[in-house]
Formats: sequence, C-alpha cells, structure tokens
Amino acid sequence: MASSQKSPATAAEPKAEEATRGTPKPRGLVARWNALPMLLRHILAACAAMGAVIVLTSVTGQGENTRIASVGFYMLAIAGLGILIGFSGQVSLGHGAFMFIGAYSTALFVLHVPMMPLWLNLILATAISCLAGLIIGVVCARLHGPYLAGATLALAVALPALANRFSEFLGGPNGLDFLMRGTPPALSDAIPNTSWQAWVVWLTVLIVLVFLANLSHGRLGRQMRAVRDDESAAALSGIRVARVKVTAFVISAGCGGLAGALQAYMLKTATPSTFTVALSLSLLAVLVLGGLGSLWGALWGAIAMVYVEEWGDELAHTLDLGTNVANNLPHVLYGVLLIALVLAWPSGVQGFLRQLGNALRPREHSGYGTPSVPPTHEGK
Amino acid sequence: MAAALLLSSCSGAGEVEDDGPADLDVSTGVTDDSVVIGTHMPLTGPAAPGYSQIPAGAGAVFDYINENGGIHGREIDYRVEDDVYQPDNTVEVTQDLVHDDEIFAMLGGLGTPTHSKVIDFLNEEGVPDLFVSSGALMWNQPEEYPLTYGYQVDYTREAKIQGEYIAENFPDADVGLLHQSDDVGEDSQAGLEQYIGDQITEVQSYDSGQESISAQIEALADAETDVVVCSCVPTYSAMMFLESAGIGFEPEFMVSSIGADTVTLSGLLEQFSEESGSDAPADSLLDGMIATGYLPQAAQQDDPWIEFYSGVYDEYVDPEVPFSNTTVYGMVQATKFAMVLEAAGEDLTRQALIDALDEDNYSGPGLVPFSTAPDNHAGYTGAYISEYSEGGDVEVLQEVRVTDNGDGEIEEFDLERPGPDEVTPFSDLG
Repeated sequence: MASSQKSPATAAEPKAEEATRGTPKPRGLVARWNALPMLLRHILAACAAMGAVIVLTSVTGQGENTRIASVGFYMLAIAGLGILIGFSGQVSLGHGAFMFIGAYSTALFVLHVPMMPLWLNLILATAISCLAGLIIGVVCARLHGPYLAGATLALAVALPALANRFSEFLGGPNGLDFLMRGTPPALSDAIPNTSWQAWVVWLTVLIVLVFLANLSHGRLGRQMRAVRDDESAAALSGIRVARVKVTAFVISAGCGGLAGALQAYMLKTATPSTFTVALSLSLLAVLVLGGLGSLWGALWGAIAMVYVEEWGDELAHTLDLGTNVANNLPHVLYGVLLIALVLAWPSGVQGFLRQLGNALRPREHSGYGTPSVPPTHEGK
Repeated sequence: MAAALLLSSCSGAGEVEDDGPADLDVSTGVTDDSVVIGTHMPLTGPAAPGYSQIPAGAGAVFDYINENGGIHGREIDYRVEDDVYQPDNTVEVTQDLVHDDEIFAMLGGLGTPTHSKVIDFLNEEGVPDLFVSSGALMWNQPEEYPLTYGYQVDYTREAKIQGEYIAENFPDADVGLLHQSDDVGEDSQAGLEQYIGDQITEVQSYDSGQESISAQIEALADAETDVVVCSCVPTYSAMMFLESAGIGFEPEFMVSSIGADTVTLSGLLEQFSEESGSDAPADSLLDGMIATGYLPQAAQQDDPWIEFYSGVYDEYVDPEVPFSNTTVYGMVQATKFAMVLEAAGEDLTRQALIDALDEDNYSGPGLVPFSTAPDNHAGYTGAYISEYSEGGDVEVLQEVRVTDNGDGEIEEFDLERPGPDEVTPFSDLG
C-alpha cells in the first residue's frame, strides 16, 4: 500500500513527544516534524494518505478500487478492535456484531429515509453502534478474560439471527437491498463510481483514524494502558477503571459500526450471512497478525484480510489444482502465515517493522526505541 | 478534495441517479475467436453440496462446443467464480467479472440472496444477465431489469401445480408444509394456498444453514399430516427423509424440483447415515417420493437429450462428479445459451444477444415451454409430476402443465420438442 509509506505518523509513537521535550531546538526534517503539535502531525499524515489513495485509485482498475476501499473499512474495524484489546485489554470475539449493526442501520436509513445525506447516515449508524456498545460495555465491564470473550461471542452468534426473526423489517436471510448514490452527476464522466466510493470510504476512515491516533496517545490512551496492565494499580492511582473500560468498548463499537456502514455503502446490501462468527474471528486473527497495540497493525491486518485470500485464489489458479485443494488453499495459506508470523514475531507485522526500524536507526536515537506498547500481555 | 467530497455528499444518500439505459451496441468480451462469459456459484461452504455439479455440467457442454469449432468460430471462455453463497462475496466476484474479466454476459448466477445483490449492477453496466439459477419471481421484471432473464420454473408456478395435483389426488388429506424461511417458502406457500388453502394444517420452516430440522419433523408428525410438501434445497430434503424414517413418520412426500435430485439426495443420505452410524439403505428412503420437474431426469436414459448429455458427460466431466439432475441442469443452461449465441449471429454485440433472446423460445432440452419474450422473462413456465421408485425408476404421474405466477388457470400443454440433432448449433457439431 502506497498510503502506508506516505503517512509515517498516522500512528505516531510517544517517543515523538519525548523527543520534543528533550530537544527544544529542532534540527533536521525529522526533528522539525516531531516538533509539530501531535494533532497537526496526524492531520497532515492523513492528508498525505488521502492523496496516496487518490493517486492509487486513479492508476488501478475498478476491481482493484473496490479492494482498496475494503482495506479501508476493514482497517477501521480492526483499529477499533485494537483499541479494545491492545489498549484496554478486553478481548472481544464478537466485533462483527457491531459491523452488523452499522450495516443494517445504514440500510434501513437508506430504505426509509432515502433523502438523508450520506454523512448524516454514517454518523447516525455510528451513534447507534456506540449506543449498543455502551449497553454491552456496561454489562461486559463486569466480566474478565474468557467470560468476556464468551459474552461477546454470543453476541456475534445471536445478532445476525435477528434478521431472520424480524424478516419483515430486516429482510430475513435474503437481507436488504438498496441503491446508493455514486459519483455526483457533475463528475460522473470523469470519475468511475468505484474510485469515488473508495475516496468516500478512505476519507471517513482517515478522519476517524486521526481521532483514534490522538486519543490513543492522549490521557485516555494512557489510562487504558494502565487498566490493561494492572487494574488494581490503575484504580489506586485514581483511574475509574469501569468507566475507562466502557469507554474503550464504546469507541470500539463505534468503529465497528462505521466500518459496517461503509461496507453497506460499498456493497449496497446488508445480509446476515456477511456477519458470521467467522468474520469476528477473522478480524481478531488479522489484528494479531498485524500487531496489537498500534494503529499500523490494523493496516497490515486489513491488507492481509483482503489480499491473502485473493493471492491464495490466484496461486491455486496458477497451479491448476483440483477443486478441493484449490478451495482450501487460501485458508491454509492464511493459517500458515499466521502461525509463522506469530512464531517469528509475536508482536505481528508491526512488531517486525519496528524491530527493523530500530536496527536501522542511528545510535543516538536508539534510546527511544522501546515499543510504545508491550507486544503481548496477560489478560486478567 | 475533502471539501468537494463533503459538499457533494450533502444530497440524499439513497438517491438514484438516472443515467438512462446502458449502451448495448458493444462487444465487450468478444474477439474473433472467443467470447468470455462468467457466473457466480457456491463451490464451497454449506450451500455447495450438489450445486458444484452445475458449472461442471455447463462447462462440459462448452468444452464439447469448443472442441467442435465453437460458435461462429468463437470458443466460449466460461469463468466460474466461487461466492460461497455469501452476498458480499457475490458483489465482489461479480464486479471482478465485469470490470477485470470483462465478461460479455453473465450466465446462471446462482441464488436469490446472492444474485439479487448484483442484478441492479449488471443492468446498469449493460451486462446481459441470462438464466438466473433461482426460482424467485424477481428475475421476471422486464420493465425494471430489461437485461435479466429467468431460467427455472418459479416457486409460485411450481407450487400451484403441486397444489392442484394434491387437491385432485388427495382431496381429503391433511397437508403439512416444510420450507426454507425465505422467498422459497413464501412464494411456494402463496402458490399452494390457491388450491389447498383449507387442507394445510401445519406449516414448518427452517433457516438456511440450520444444523437440524428434527423439531420441524416432529411437529409435522404430531399434526398427523398425510402429505408433506417440501420446498427445500437438497440438504434439507435429505434431512427430512432421514428424520422422518427415524421416528416412523410415513406421509406422502412431495418435493419441489430444487430439492428433488435423487442422485444428490442419495449421496447426502448415505453421508448423513454414515455420520449418525445408522445403516439404512439410502435409496429405500426415497422410494415413493413425488417430485416436480421441468427438465428430463438423468435417469431417463431413453430421452434423446439425456443420451446426448451422457456422451458429453463421459468425455468431458471429471468422474468424481456424478451424472445427476443437477449436472443436467447446468448442461441445459449451457445448451440454451449456445442456442441464443448461435442465433445472435456472427456480428456479436450485447444488443444482438438480447434481440436473439426476444425472437425465439429456444425449445430444446426442457420438457415445458420456455419464455424469453420481450415482456416475459420467466424462463420455464410449467412442470410435470413424477414418482421415484427404489432402484432408479421414474414414473411420470402427470404430464406437463403450465400456468402463470398470479392467479391464472393451470393448463395442459403439448410441447413440440426437438432433439439435439434438430437444434443448431448442436446439429452442426460433432
């Protein structure tokens, strides 16, 4: 992904702050960049990433544009899950349920209030998901480790069944179909629909990522990490543990919901079979693969989610394998990749890249090389 | 750019821009010696059993045609994409087929929840969408979807014919329905109720993907129904036979064409029996099954088309795939497409293909009339009723009758049906 190279600070690390404090007079380009306020840095990086997406989609074909957009909304869902697991230490096996809520909210708004603007639709879908996250978060804040995982897993199993239960309203197993506006008429000759959709998706995703990046490096982020590492110690130092945990849940649910809404916008459909337990588990798997505790990990995870299967299919096609082998090859590839990566770098792709960066960095900077978040941690 | 995006997103999200009809005077996917077509099918996942035989059958007919010189000198390049019966995958693979593979037409995209998600897209992009593999009513809407054409008899027509048969032959029977909880069930029930509304005493449904239907079968048995009409896909008709045998429930079973492929059913029954450790002979469970159909069955070896397809099967299909009604289903689909392609002529455009569809009804393999008229994209419009006996015999109980999907009459119909040697392009090949 070109966007990754052009936005080096989407997930700026705390060392940047320390660097600013340590060296009041910025020297060189890197230092000058680090001297900028964090919010400004994140916004500039997001603009660069948006530019990269626009350039990228204008050189690729229409099918590729759809995949680029998919990387966008999956990244958002994975980043939300990353905030929950990597930062606040709560494990969720049911994140797909929030995507379900977001997608169905969007679908219902489009069907029943067709003239509502897209941005308002997305905001409302996010708000509804946040509300669901709040309710579930309040319940789940009382649960730990496996109990929490069990509760969220139940959510992922139960929610899609609602579509069948209320089939008049939610369309049953066939789901909801709707039409959404593509490229504005004035631009429709110049810009293919799929490019436009990819831009809308990435613009939304980047706005939220700026928010997440700021948040994870700010006070709330520190509180979450404190809660994750030791709840009692966090409580003793005045952090309201339950509130922090619920907040993490709400943010994570909002991201999942918005991702689902964007997916519905892309696909113009919402069906129960899209939001199976398998989706929730895949989100978790690629989060681990990408690297917990950093927004960059979400990007690698999303790329893996969209492309590993694609490559597996192509590989199977090239090798001209039998149907049974070819059908299973992408999954096998996925599994092997996950096992190999976690064996070699428990902190995922991002952990590997950070190690690589530290090894290549000149000596004087090595003091800042400590990862912002320990690669693994024990849930309590 | 961000501002422009935001500003333009201020008008309604659900607004539909009206571009007018797509340009059909194009030859996308066509070269002098080939034509690319595509389809989406569940080759893996829970919906896959049986259905993967459809593209195997269709592909074999295309292989046969290609090896005999193609149609107007063009080989048919048939690309099958696996969508796992998941609509989001269907959208993705269809976009790939249209944008990347640049298919000339879509042939036999399978499933209602899946294909309904791409029908707008295909019509907007001007891609002819032929012979959808589903009996939903929505494919036959020429006004709204001018490029989409149905294939199999729709669920309501088929159910009307079943209903009338029950009313005539089992007038005093209590009827129970077992159906899939989506359009399959709804549309079937609508048809049955026109004839046996007061005979239906119990309605049970299952969700696709459900692990067991024993509760539903218990309910049908408790209601002491004499006839059970099953509008189910093969997996669930097989479960129905096994569960019923398990509790000694023995009504007349009447199964819709979508779930009545006996080769697939025996395979499934054997597999289920093995898993549950029972040793009931699979075939005996199917003895006496009453089925509706519109194509010749694989077991009817004296049928000229089945004879022809057996030959094609022997030469081009992997022996792992059985020669079943489902294989025949794919073969007929391919045959129909080849006939339309032949009729579209040497100068192949999408418009020429649509014109050819509108001109003829392409009689051939099917046993009931096929409609591709400009104002009626129904596909097969009727059904016959047959009974299966242990060992593979098929007896026709009621000859073909046709009807509409509203409240029109059911009529007998005598079909002039040419064999393969009387139909171009097949008469010119091999």
